[in-house]
Amino acid sequence: MLNVLAETDPGEMVEGLKAIGAGLGYGLAAIGPGIGIGTVVGNAISSMARQPESAGMVRTTMFLGIAFTEALALIGFVVFILLLP
Amino acid sequence: MNVLALEFPPVNHLFDWPSILFEGTPFALNKVGLTYLFAMAATIAIFGFAGAKKNRLVPAGVQHVAESGVNFVEDSVVMQTIGPEGRKFLPLLTTMFFFIFFSNITEVIPFWQFPANSRMAMPITLALMVWVIYNFQGIKHQGAGGYLKNSLFPPGVPKALYVIVTPIEFVSTFVVRPFSLAIRLWANMVAGHLLLVTFAILSATLWDSTYIGAALPFAMLVAMTGFEILVSALQAFIFTILTAVYIGGSMHPEH
Repeated sequence: MLNVLAETDPGEMVEGLKAIGAGLGYGLAAIGPGIGIGTVVGNAISSMARQPESAGMVRTTMFLGIAFTEALALIGFVVFILLLP
Repeated sequence: MNVLALEFPPVNHLFDWPSILFEGTPFALNKVGLTYLFAMAATIAIFGFAGAKKNRLVPAGVQHVAESGVNFVEDSVVMQTIGPEGRKFLPLLTTMFFFIFFSNITEVIPFWQFPANSRMAMPITLALMVWVIYNFQGIKHQGAGGYLKNSLFPPGVPKALYVIVTPIEFVSTFVVRPFSLAIRLWANMVAGHLLLVTFAILSATLWDSTYIGAALPFAMLVAMTGFEILVSALQAFIFTILTAVYIGGSMHPEH
């Protein structure tokens, strides 16, 4: 293992670590917003089922909530793009 | 880059387009610029045609599209967020919706297949325009002092907490808002474009080696194309509705 490490070009290793970091970073960034969007949509659906007459208003607010929650995942995605070799 | 032994072009190649016309001048035009010109022309065409012709009582064709577009923005954007006095923003919001929609939908138009908003220039321009508009409306409706007070010192917070709340509110209202608005649109379009490119390359390569293997990625490509049509419309809608929310928030502060 150490021999392999010693023979590897440091630049190449930096590239590899960058790729690992980018992949891991995006994966981690997607966890929270995934849970958040699930909560938002789930609650929106249950309130729409309870009060179908307010479905229009709930839907608009739901999209707002999704948009705000999703921003975090998208920032993770942007970092992923920036870190790509 | 090499993914699953497939030749995948570097990400930059998917979004950098060489100039087609007027190369070397400030007016150089590439695919992105052409797409925006198309989006502008399409928006003007829809509303210009619908407005210029003698209006029929029962709308049909382009007039129908224009009228239901205006109706849609009025009912589900303006009325839900600003209220009746927001009607004066209807032209702005409707044009914004259609312009963003047309520059997104080129993502799935065959042989064009590039969403212009996956380049940052126009999203950030639109977002800064929105920033100017909502700040101007806030100052106009509440006065400069009142607007600053209402947005930096939200009521109903214990006095001691203002030490934390005020900087957060300042950053989120005046700095992060335009950027998150722009990044949301831009990153969604980048992600969609990358997704479609990935499945297209996958099915092309698998078609070259094993004819049957291409079936699965191609089915995925078709499904994702449908999904991207939805995303194009949804992102245009979300950009518009967030604009309306910001304008409404600075017109009527929370008490």
